[in-house]
Amino acid sequence: MTDVVIIGGGVVGCMIARELSRFDLSVVLLEKEEDVASGTSKANSAVIHAGYDAKPGTLKAQLNIRGNALFDKICDELDVPFKRIGSLVVAVKEDDVKELEKLLEQGKANGVSPLKIISKEELFELEPNINSKACAALYAPTAGIINPFELTVALAENAAQNGVTIRFNSPVVDVKACDDGMMMVKTPHETFHSPFVINAAGLFADEISQMAGAEAYTITPRKGEYLIFDKRCSDMINMVIFPTPTKFSKGILVCPTIDGNFFIGPNSNDIEDKHDTGVTSEGIDEIIRGARRLVPGLPLENVITSFAGLRAVSNTNDFIIEASRKVKGFINVGGIQSPGLSSAPAIAEMVIEILQEEGLTLKEKNNFNSRRNRIYPFRELNDEERKKLIRHNPAYGHVICRCETVTEGEIVDAIRRPVGARSLDGIKRRTRAGLGRCQGGFCSPRVIKILSRELGISPLKVTKCGQGSEILKGRTKDFIDSDGDFNES
Amino acid sequence: MRVRELVIIGGGPAGLSAAVEAKKLGVEDVLIIDRESEPGGILKQCIHTGFGLHVFKEELTGPEYAERFIAEAQERGIEIMLDTMVIELTDDRRILAVNSRDGLVELKARAVILAMGCRERTRGAINIPGFRPSGIFTAGTAQYFINIEGYMPGKEVVILGSGDVGLIMARHLTLEGAKVKCVAEIMPYSNGLTRNIVQCLQDFNIPLLLNHTVVNIHGKKRVEGVTIAEVDLNRKPRMETARYVSCDTLLLSVGLIPENELSRMAKVQIDEVTGGPVVDQSMQTTIEGIFACGNVLHVHDVVDLVTIEARVAARGAADFLKQKKKRIRPATVPVIPGEGLRYVLPQRIDLDGALEETQNFFMRSVKPMDRGRLLIQSDRGVVMSKILKFIRPSEMISIKVKREILQQSNCLKISLCEGSENGD
Repeated sequence: MTDVVIIGGGVVGCMIARELSRFDLSVVLLEKEEDVASGTSKANSAVIHAGYDAKPGTLKAQLNIRGNALFDKICDELDVPFKRIGSLVVAVKEDDVKELEKLLEQGKANGVSPLKIISKEELFELEPNINSKACAALYAPTAGIINPFELTVALAENAAQNGVTIRFNSPVVDVKACDDGMMMVKTPHETFHSPFVINAAGLFADEISQMAGAEAYTITPRKGEYLIFDKRCSDMINMVIFPTPTKFSKGILVCPTIDGNFFIGPNSNDIEDKHDTGVTSEGIDEIIRGARRLVPGLPLENVITSFAGLRAVSNTNDFIIEASRKVKGFINVGGIQSPGLSSAPAIAEMVIEILQEEGLTLKEKNNFNSRRNRIYPFRELNDEERKKLIRHNPAYGHVICRCETVTEGEIVDAIRRPVGARSLDGIKRRTRAGLGRCQGGFCSPRVIKILSRELGISPLKVTKCGQGSEILKGRTKDFIDSDGDFNES
Repeated sequence: MRVRELVIIGGGPAGLSAAVEAKKLGVEDVLIIDRESEPGGILKQCIHTGFGLHVFKEELTGPEYAERFIAEAQERGIEIMLDTMVIELTDDRRILAVNSRDGLVELKARAVILAMGCRERTRGAINIPGFRPSGIFTAGTAQYFINIEGYMPGKEVVILGSGDVGLIMARHLTLEGAKVKCVAEIMPYSNGLTRNIVQCLQDFNIPLLLNHTVVNIHGKKRVEGVTIAEVDLNRKPRMETARYVSCDTLLLSVGLIPENELSRMAKVQIDEVTGGPVVDQSMQTTIEGIFACGNVLHVHDVVDLVTIEARVAARGAADFLKQKKKRIRPATVPVIPGEGLRYVLPQRIDLDGALEETQNFFMRSVKPMDRGRLLIQSDRGVVMSKILKFIRPSEMISIKVKREILQQSNCLKISLCEGSENGD
């Protein structure tokens, strides 16, 4: 019997799974895609916000502050890089300064500390490349950056190590309360019976809630587009730089990534299609215009890629985290838009409390292992560590991705560990192979070979991101007509 | 730390030619380091013919061309360290490399030749809107899949960009049974060699759509089609001309970028236009004892010119190694591109260094011209001029300049003026 079914393998679902894995419970996590962090969690600003943005009294405000504080411990336990590099909200005109003062008051009310407004001089000291019209900034040293995919993978791995069952390619096709007081959750392959179901389905949480007969709400996808710059330009900026916010969004930021690149974005446009992660040329123009207001000298010739992500915006405009009053055992965790990543650890705590209130008995395991080790990042090691690693396993001497210096040893580890990579994107996000300036041009054929060998499948079956995204179409000569002519139709 | 005389980074056509030449010139200890399991670089996957017309006076395939140099390198006892990636290079020529056999390899080289080649510009670099599905390849990656691995990356293909690799792949995919629907080129002219346009597109009835680009990519998991549109004079798409072309694959042939990560680490000055090091006539970079040749220096259209350039670099390195005492920073003549030219190489002439009777300069025009006048000006005025015909940005221009001219100049500017009256 299953004690808890979690729907959704984003950062929230995986955080909840990991928290539940501390207890003597049978937990199943269902993910419709072929990997964790395949939706909103993989394409966002990757910022752990300080917590001054949300209105005091909202769940967003409360959980952001608590969540931010939990990151040091979680990242230490899971060996996930996390840096509190601080954030700046920049006023580029005098009117903006009033907004900064409001934000400062709001931040204080929310409990953000330390938090202060700094002068133009101090600002330029910290960020020499900022717009020369900037006149002040709100400085929050507790803001941080992280790789949200790496965090989610780490959470999933640690949850799996501690006994959570994770099922990929398992979209929920039906969920309902049964007569025996249990809930039934159905995927195309399996049916689970469980007293508790947690709906962490991200953009699709409204549909799952409706399917279960629970409270109605709507999730609107709000698209944000991004451009990523080459690591070569990493000295452009040092902190997370926001413009003075508007009613709708924190605005287009200029922000370092934990891996040493920096990005600009996101814009903020409500759309209809929850699958539409396409980048638009208008969107790219919009974020360039926006980012230039903060850093006029953007090195646009060094853009290496663009992407778009969708925020899951609920009609309440706050997180929806509650047990259903209509369907016993069904718990909604919906509308987790920004600051969702920052709040995720606190959301998981809150869900555990709700589960207890709803009658789940929690007994701590005596063999819970809170620690998980990262894949050895060859490029970050010193020479002694590298020598030792190659002696131990020569595959770490074989560089597969030139741009990011990723070795075969790392790629094999990414495949073989729990919740291992099964696709090119899975490898890319776990090891950075293919994320550099050549965007996989050189390494993708090599990675396909390794995936094929490790998984025991034909290279024709290797995918970019799950079934339907196979990379190769056939063997050479497969498409030549039987009479030997080339296709002239 | 082991000291080696000459270390060449990269075992493609540039590295191999340079190694053989250096050995011929008396450099005894020559080491090539290459990251792949076989030498030859990109030539390994260029199984079409057309290589060697200049150097060998015969038409070879890429692997055959490489094989000649590999065989000669072996005969001459040149060491090639394979499956080895150089991860660090310093300005005092210390090299850190890694492989599975030896772990970390630390070397000190008395001279270095950079021959790392180039990589392909990607979709991100040109910001094509749309989804990011499977089925988008750079032309060179597609070539690798077909010619090295024996797999077809797609069945119905649209090619964006008309660089030579893309043109070659249009023909090759067709011969392999795929359908190449069109080649879209944003410029009003192709970036490939004329012979490739004729032999790879026209001979196979593949349309070349000039002034066209891809404005959207469709398909969430796999490419299902692309939207192409004409562009205006400012290269902005005219959306009223947009049309959908179904395909399962989009191939990109939108330019090559010299791979100078190691050069930058060694503080070598990079020419922002070529993307490669700034060099003098011996192919020496701005860092003493570090030379460069081939596509790492600037992107070439034919391999024969790479070989010739590599020989120059080898001679430069050999001369450098023979020098008894360290030279004081020499007086140099800067050579700058004027109107009509994107770049000129070498970018400077070292007057204290060896100067041949005539010095070759290589350059590319900014646009196609039926006829133009190449003007060489020094601080003393126009010192040389030459009429050129059928000028294409894709076809490198070379010109020989007499030694005396260089010796009498403090700086040189080379420009290209379109047209020019008859009778000149």
